[in-house]
Amino acid sequence: MPIEVLMPALSPTMTEGNLAKWHKAEGDSVTSGDVLAEIETDKATMEVEAVDEGTMGKILVSEGTEAVAVNTPIALLLGEDEDKGALDGYEAKGVGGGSTDKDKAEPKDDKGDKEEKQAKDESTSEQKAPDGFAKPEAADPGPEPDYDGETHEITIREALRDAMAEEMRADDRVFLMGEEVAEYQGAYKVSQGLLDEFGPKRVIDTPITEHGFAGLGVGASMAGLRPIVEFMTWNFAMQAIDHIINSAAKTLYMAGGELGSPIVFRGPNGAASRVAAQHSQCYASWYAHCPGLKVVAPWSGMDAKGLLKAAIRDPNPIVVLEHEMLYGTKFEAPTDPDFVLPIGKAKIERKGSDVTITAFSRMVDVALAAAEELASDGIEAEVINLRTLRPLDTATIIDSVKKTNRIVTVEEGWPYAGIGSEIASVMMEAAFDWLDAPVTRVCGEDVPMPYAANLEALALPTPERVAKAVRSVSYAD
Amino acid sequence: MAGKSKSGGKSASSGSKSKSSGAKSGKTGAKPSKDDLLQYYRDMLQIRRFEEKAGQLYGMGLIGGFCHLYIGQEAVVIGMQSCLEDGDSVITTYRDHGHMLATGMDPKGVMAELTGRIDGYSKGKGGSMHMFSKDKGFYGGHGIVGANVPLGTGLAFAHKYREDGGVCLTYFGDGAANQGQVYEAFNMAALWDLPVVYVIENNKYGMGTSVARSSATTDLHKRGAAHGIDGQKIDGMNVLKVREAGIEAVAYAREKGPIILEMETYRYRGHSMSDPAKYRSKEEVSKMRDERDPIVQLRDIILKEKGIDEDGLKEIDKEVREIINAAAEFAQESPEPDPSELYTDILIEA
Repeated sequence: MPIEVLMPALSPTMTEGNLAKWHKAEGDSVTSGDVLAEIETDKATMEVEAVDEGTMGKILVSEGTEAVAVNTPIALLLGEDEDKGALDGYEAKGVGGGSTDKDKAEPKDDKGDKEEKQAKDESTSEQKAPDGFAKPEAADPGPEPDYDGETHEITIREALRDAMAEEMRADDRVFLMGEEVAEYQGAYKVSQGLLDEFGPKRVIDTPITEHGFAGLGVGASMAGLRPIVEFMTWNFAMQAIDHIINSAAKTLYMAGGELGSPIVFRGPNGAASRVAAQHSQCYASWYAHCPGLKVVAPWSGMDAKGLLKAAIRDPNPIVVLEHEMLYGTKFEAPTDPDFVLPIGKAKIERKGSDVTITAFSRMVDVALAAAEELASDGIEAEVINLRTLRPLDTATIIDSVKKTNRIVTVEEGWPYAGIGSEIASVMMEAAFDWLDAPVTRVCGEDVPMPYAANLEALALPTPERVAKAVRSVSYAD
Repeated sequence: MAGKSKSGGKSASSGSKSKSSGAKSGKTGAKPSKDDLLQYYRDMLQIRRFEEKAGQLYGMGLIGGFCHLYIGQEAVVIGMQSCLEDGDSVITTYRDHGHMLATGMDPKGVMAELTGRIDGYSKGKGGSMHMFSKDKGFYGGHGIVGANVPLGTGLAFAHKYREDGGVCLTYFGDGAANQGQVYEAFNMAALWDLPVVYVIENNKYGMGTSVARSSATTDLHKRGAAHGIDGQKIDGMNVLKVREAGIEAVAYAREKGPIILEMETYRYRGHSMSDPAKYRSKEEVSKMRDERDPIVQLRDIILKEKGIDEDGLKEIDKEVREIINAAAEFAQESPEPDPSELYTDILIEA
């Protein structure tokens, strides 16, 4: 049985080409890798190499032929033990659906081939988005466990440190790496004391090389370690974002589940104080945009400890957005080393019936201050601390809005495609009938962060701006 | 070669990491036996035939997107793989089918991934550039040029952290050698004495740009000098020379720290399937194929020095062809992933 040589597709979009030149004549011997012919596409002239070996038996499409459809038989190759007699009465069959075994291919003309290929393409794309196919709901992490254990008053930086120390004691795969985390005790003193307890093998000062050490951390996580990669601030992680997204977040999917990246990226995010545009930016919507990541943003001591511990234990890549301006703030935090918070669960920090305010990280303070101010006017705001930005606890927000019928979102980040924009969409899709006023966003101003004290203050959400937005959606101006 | 002049005022402080070797034939550092040579021949041929078949399936529209073939470079990965022990790890960039086969991954699973089918190594969700096998110590398959270098350095970090005696072979190309993150990784590898062999597969072109047109200095094996990492240039078309250098480099990495091997090699095909390769002459390609082909070179040695005749090799050719044909058939018969796979493997349920 002769072997058919088919018109090849030389790019993902090629459907036909010109047979420019034959390099082999009938009767020539052919070995793998020999150039058989030259094909002209709309972009270039390419050589077609032989895969099978034998003797060129018959050329079916002569050189100079234009618009030869992909997968048209262009020649017949005689196998090692075949003579020309095998060509007698042989009818080229071509290929439908791409079987290389010509015995199985149904005879059909070239046009039929092409139509079938198109039909197949259509059915494929159809198959990808069948009717009624919905993405699965995010798993409900269940209610937050009531914690009635012992607490103590500590700063956020201590809560974060304790979270890491406890997890490092419990799991020797966990290590911390980053700039100044060891001997300097942390640029913001978050890792204070960890080097003393765990030694330089597990508390590792890196060179100033975010792209490199983020990638190194991801590689170590692929090998089964549990790295905590500290960025001195998230601003510098833009150098490393390729590894966070392309190497960490996408690998499990690209590997079909074979290999993932259990890693924590953490550091201060958002507006610092008087450091201008390159050092003051909120990355919440950047990372929350990406499937394959979880993103948490703690506010309280409970959050800091419970979310960071949960992140370290989680088998997925997690972005922990801390806030420099909260590091020195004191909160009550659990002393129990088994305490963790569920990732994906928001917390209602203040109950209210008139309006819902969502916030995360430092903006929870701003939202709570606004709520106090509004309470003196008789408006009771419900303040939701989002805690996790991906997966977002939409159920808690929706339930609140069903009660209050109005919502204001607060974030330090820019308004365009921000977390507030996402919440607004969720409200449109899932709570439209309960809304008595448009969803309103209070965001950082849409400008790079200015240095001047007065301008910087103008660029950030304040309790006054939040209260104003609430009065507006309450038609109480 | 390796490490005799390791500079930087830092002692190679890692402790003894020797582990039992010789579990597999040909991995002891001894001169390869006749059987070893036949094995290298078979393994290189398997990559060649696999890639030719992949090219054919691509031409038939059964493989989509990017498809970077390894034809011509087979000696590099087969020579280096012969130097590894169980527990070592391998990572590479996007021209990766050869590395997968060399680590022992099943041609059927690799081919089925190329055709985007459920029985592919990544259930059809990764494609040509993204396959992994923890079992075989293969960590991808990475599509961002240079990104696998810090990742491989991290694999080496994990070997050292665990004190398991393992080494990571981190392959990348001449193009990636100009990425900044490569040098960030070199710095940390040298600073922390990480057990990594950086194998630069210099096939002379980063896509369509020759090394000379993209690199201020073209001796890529010297690129570690600023970090005290020694390197050597090796004839990457000769599997025995690759192996000889590889044994020494892997041993050095295992005991002391990072080392660079620059493999002078050549890809016969374009950068990817749709590359007509107009940036080099036909004569250049045919000269390499005719005079330095890695499979032909080894074949000649086997025929002349090892008392094997053509028929003996034909048996191997036949066996390999059958394996590849079976892989191609498998890759076409395996079904496409179920639509429900769209939303799986995004996160691990904690």
